[in-house]
Amino acid sequence: MTDTAAAPAQVPLVDYLVLGDHPHLVAHQCTSCGARFFDRRNACAGCFGTEFEPADIATEGVVKAFTIVTFAAPGVPVPFVAAIVDCDGTSVRGNIINTEPDPEHVKLGMKVRLATFSLGADDQGTEAIGFGFEPA
Amino acid sequence: MAENVYILGINMTKFGKHADKDVVDLGAEAAMAALADAGVTMRDMGILAAGNLMNAGAGFGQRLQKQIGQTGIPVYNVANACATGATALRTVIMAVKSGEVDMGLAVGVEKLAGAGLLGGGGTPKKDSKVWEPSGRFGAVAPTDGRIGTDAMPGTFAQVGMEYGHKYGEVSFETFAKISEKNHAHSVLNPLAAYSKRFTLDEIMNDMMIAYPNTRPMCSANCDGGAAAVVVSETKLRTLSLGQQRRAVKISASVLTTDPYEEGCQILPNVNTLTRNAAKIAYEQAGVGPEDLNLVELHDCFATAELVHYDNLMLCPEGGAVEFFESGAPWRDGSTPVNVSGGLQSKGHPISATGIANIWEVCHHLRGEAGDRQIEGAKVGLAHVIGLGSACGVHILEKSAA
Repeated sequence: MTDTAAAPAQVPLVDYLVLGDHPHLVAHQCTSCGARFFDRRNACAGCFGTEFEPADIATEGVVKAFTIVTFAAPGVPVPFVAAIVDCDGTSVRGNIINTEPDPEHVKLGMKVRLATFSLGADDQGTEAIGFGFEPA
Repeated sequence: MAENVYILGINMTKFGKHADKDVVDLGAEAAMAALADAGVTMRDMGILAAGNLMNAGAGFGQRLQKQIGQTGIPVYNVANACATGATALRTVIMAVKSGEVDMGLAVGVEKLAGAGLLGGGGTPKKDSKVWEPSGRFGAVAPTDGRIGTDAMPGTFAQVGMEYGHKYGEVSFETFAKISEKNHAHSVLNPLAAYSKRFTLDEIMNDMMIAYPNTRPMCSANCDGGAAAVVVSETKLRTLSLGQQRRAVKISASVLTTDPYEEGCQILPNVNTLTRNAAKIAYEQAGVGPEDLNLVELHDCFATAELVHYDNLMLCPEGGAVEFFESGAPWRDGSTPVNVSGGLQSKGHPISATGIANIWEVCHHLRGEAGDRQIEGAKVGLAHVIGLGSACGVHILEKSAA
């Protein structure tokens, strides 16, 4: 062990979040029909194809649905704004962050951009990084 | 040519808190009352389909048989989210339609009083001591509340908000007014879990659960059971005139799932599968939305009722707010919707819901709905959505006999 303060290792909250200088999301894109999915795939739900390629998702988008959750499962801090963001044609699920969680600050159609935040470090010093969308 | 099928007998228990009864008690109460209503016994049943979602692995159907009659018939224990009751009913309908049996029993029951929030899970979410990716998203920590919401109130809130984004913003007040309507309707329903009228102010100022849904705008978790006896037309014609007169024709029985569309795995799309089910149902029944004298639709949240006006084509596409504001879905309007009080006040014991809404429609078509009777009702539609998703639509017609 050395005393050198090395930058703590980071891990994304989910595997479709790419960290680094330009954090962004990446989807599995079906090579035959273009459908995009964020989860591990067995096949395409649209055309049943089994070939996928990575597709970077636009980091800016428009809020097409949201809710302000004030009552949640135990251990989930409230309030928070859950939203569906249209990122250049790809729907993305994420929270609206870095603004007040009320209907005066969050609007349908508002422009947002991807932003990351820390979930803290685990017992080994690895920091988990999550993502949300902030007003653009 | 497939057989025409009818509801011969049907019953729902009172919805609410039944602390002294277990699921088998509630199922037995509904089933025995449905059989009595039909004027038949378990000996006449060729099939039993049974739903109890919260304990789907426990063989509810066989446990029920052991209390009300073991005749050796096949049991289908079904589970299909909030469409479980409709799925049980449709299972029996398919068996009768196919000609394999001439009569069958469908039962749905749930004990849900005090269940709290559904969908997000009732267990506390804790981060582990070491970030370790798991599951299909390789998540190192719980995502509910960090990447959107898993719970039902917020999910369906977004469904309503998405409608507003697509067709023009819908105000909090409009959603609250839908709830005001259903609670007002419930006052006439002695079997509803809650039959208290709320003012619009009371609804809007109640506890916010997931904007824009406040507590009275959410379906009520409660206990309840419902059951129906299905009969083929051929068999029905051998029964008494009284039985034939009270039989209700099942003009359409449809179950759909959500076809793939962009975004449907991000926010459940409850629209397309409902629209598809409705289209098939109207075609099967040979009726249109304008022919419906009443509709019981799946108002699990006030935000959901709005989109289903459109999905069931009760209004032109994009016209749900105008349809509501015109007064059409009130009980004295042109297309009464949820005259039972709906899930927000009648209650939503999940597996019972998809049979209880059929009971409500049958009650009116038979002219037996008492104070809340929709006069001269001849055709009605019952709709349920189970998230995941499954949609059941049934169209029922007053017997011609």
